[in-house]
Amino acid sequence: MTFEVPNLAPALPEIVLLTLTSFLLIADTVWSKRCAHCTYWATQITLLVVGWLIVSSFTTQTVVTFDGSFVRDTLADVLKLFIVATSIGIFLFSREYLLQQRSYHGEFFVLGLYGVLGMFVMVSAYNLITLYLGLEIMSLALYAMIAMQRDSQKASEAAMKYFVLGALATGMMLYGMSMLYGATGTLELPKIAQVIASGHADQAVLAFSLVFIVIGLAFKLGAVPFHMWVPDVYHGAPTAMTLYLASAPKIAAFAMLYRLLWDGLQLALPDWQGMLIILSVLSLIVGTVIAVVQTNLKRLLAYSGISHMGFVLMGVAAGDAEGFAAAMFYIIIYAITSVAAFGMIIALARMGHEFDEIEDFKGLNQRNPWLAAMMLFIMFSMAGIPPFIGFWVKLAVIEAAVNAGLLWLAIVAVITAVIGAFYYLRVVKVMYFDTVEESKPAEPITRELGFAVSVVSGLLLILGLFPSWILDLCYRSLGVTVVG
Amino acid sequence: MSFEQLVFYAFAGISSLAALMMITVRNPVKAALWLVLTFISAAGVWLLAESEFLGLVLILVYVGAVMVLFLFVVMMLDINLAEMKEGFAQYAPVGALVALVVFGLIYLVVGPEHFGLDKTGLPVTHGPDYSNTKEIAVPLYTQHAYAFVLAAVLLLVGIVAAIALTLRRRGPRDALYQDIDAQVRVRAEDRLTMVKMAPEVEPDVSSKNEEEEGAK
Repeated sequence: MTFEVPNLAPALPEIVLLTLTSFLLIADTVWSKRCAHCTYWATQITLLVVGWLIVSSFTTQTVVTFDGSFVRDTLADVLKLFIVATSIGIFLFSREYLLQQRSYHGEFFVLGLYGVLGMFVMVSAYNLITLYLGLEIMSLALYAMIAMQRDSQKASEAAMKYFVLGALATGMMLYGMSMLYGATGTLELPKIAQVIASGHADQAVLAFSLVFIVIGLAFKLGAVPFHMWVPDVYHGAPTAMTLYLASAPKIAAFAMLYRLLWDGLQLALPDWQGMLIILSVLSLIVGTVIAVVQTNLKRLLAYSGISHMGFVLMGVAAGDAEGFAAAMFYIIIYAITSVAAFGMIIALARMGHEFDEIEDFKGLNQRNPWLAAMMLFIMFSMAGIPPFIGFWVKLAVIEAAVNAGLLWLAIVAVITAVIGAFYYLRVVKVMYFDTVEESKPAEPITRELGFAVSVVSGLLLILGLFPSWILDLCYRSLGVTVVG
Repeated sequence: MSFEQLVFYAFAGISSLAALMMITVRNPVKAALWLVLTFISAAGVWLLAESEFLGLVLILVYVGAVMVLFLFVVMMLDINLAEMKEGFAQYAPVGALVALVVFGLIYLVVGPEHFGLDKTGLPVTHGPDYSNTKEIAVPLYTQHAYAFVLAAVLLLVGIVAAIALTLRRRGPRDALYQDIDAQVRVRAEDRLTMVKMAPEVEPDVSSKNEEEEGAK
């Protein structure tokens, strides 16, 4: 038996991330007393280093290493870069929130970085085992981070719900994966595709495994009817955690969707397309309709997140590379918008007052016109009103669905988008047209945080004015030739 | 029925039965013991399938270490059984019904005809020089080296999470600690302060009486 040392170079960002995070884990025990902020700054530097490593070795080819369990292609690089970018934003906002809540611990950042590592592994997984391990690393870090605020009963409840349902979902997914192994006899995704192409796979077992895999994926994305955990967890978790939960992991979940359904099970398209269409329609309708009656902004954003997942699944259900590119575009923008929206809540929150009720935003225009304008940007972008970027992502996904012949699905999406505009605009109405009786000040916790919120919200407008490059990036990374 | 088949059905039967008992008995200690039996009979099935290493590791690691630890925890914690079983009778029929329906559906869709010997072929039998340990070790450390490292990372995250959630710096009121360093280092002057006071002179008894009279 000869053993060749695998080519480690493509995995350099992961290796560096793991090394620096583990270093940080040890260093934090020393730092936590003398220099608590060192952990935060070291976290950001780690992310910057990893981001720079990805940029400097950006690849346009597909490189496979570690005996076919790791893949690095343009898609992986682009998604990792956006994960790094959103994570920098997440930690920036989280730090102020944790300081404000007096629950600033170094472990938060260390676990957060391990979560990022898990997402990287998911994005680059080319084998069912690594895909599962990446998912578990990420989820475990998330469960612990939500539960870290031990004194808050709501946070513990949210962590428990997320943990139990998350474990159930991974169990389902693992069962589906074992069935997939049974049907194809291999764990590597490209080989699974080969076996299916050769026609040796048992069709019934294959379809059966797909059901469980899609259920697992839907749980992780929070698509109806596997969405029950989303509002409770978003609402109960500390806002810094909700921010984490609602942004970067969604990008990783998309990567998982792509690797499994496109790299591995592309030829089983007729089997999974129908399931995704059902998930998509239900998510669009349920997410939108229930969001209308919410009074808590975090819950509202949770339900709107469910309907956004409906849009993403619609892109995927189109069942071609163009659809996946549109879905990727959507999920990246959703992650950035989430950072902006939850960042806004964090910026205005105070100790003992979360600023997460829609009531709290009443008359924000009188109290702080600049932040009110930024909130307007976020809400308009989520509603899909031009010229904000939210319009272009919806357009791309609907276009993909229409091109794939799913006209009725596109019509459902447009109708729910119109209904959705109602509750986003209600927030705007509350801010601009409702007068507040007693004028409480609404200043951001720190000037820097107000600035950061403005940058992220402004980005939604700037990207909306120049949407083509990011759309281009998504199309290219999936190997679609750009039309028009 | 060959002898091998007989042994297989015996182990498989005990394993399923013990698993069923494990989830139905009321006492958590008994449940843990039934789980031990499930593991041991599953290890027997593995031995039969010529994966000696896995079978032995299952007994050593799960039965020997994990379950003992588990029993320890169960015995140390004061678990209120009545509270845990609350609502069990109420939900049990629904749960059983759902489980039966799901099982029936799965059986209909992917019944045994999809996994028969005609699909997978007869299991390969090996000679006496075949080492199951080596067969597992070589791919584990070469082909699956990446996954192996990731599993280690997963365990590390588990440790960090568990410690971050349970280690709390307790305030002085939650628990009383003895700080021996401080006790040894203490000096008399830290605790005892000599205060210089002006001597207080007791007023004369006779003059006091005069004052009282003046007040009257």
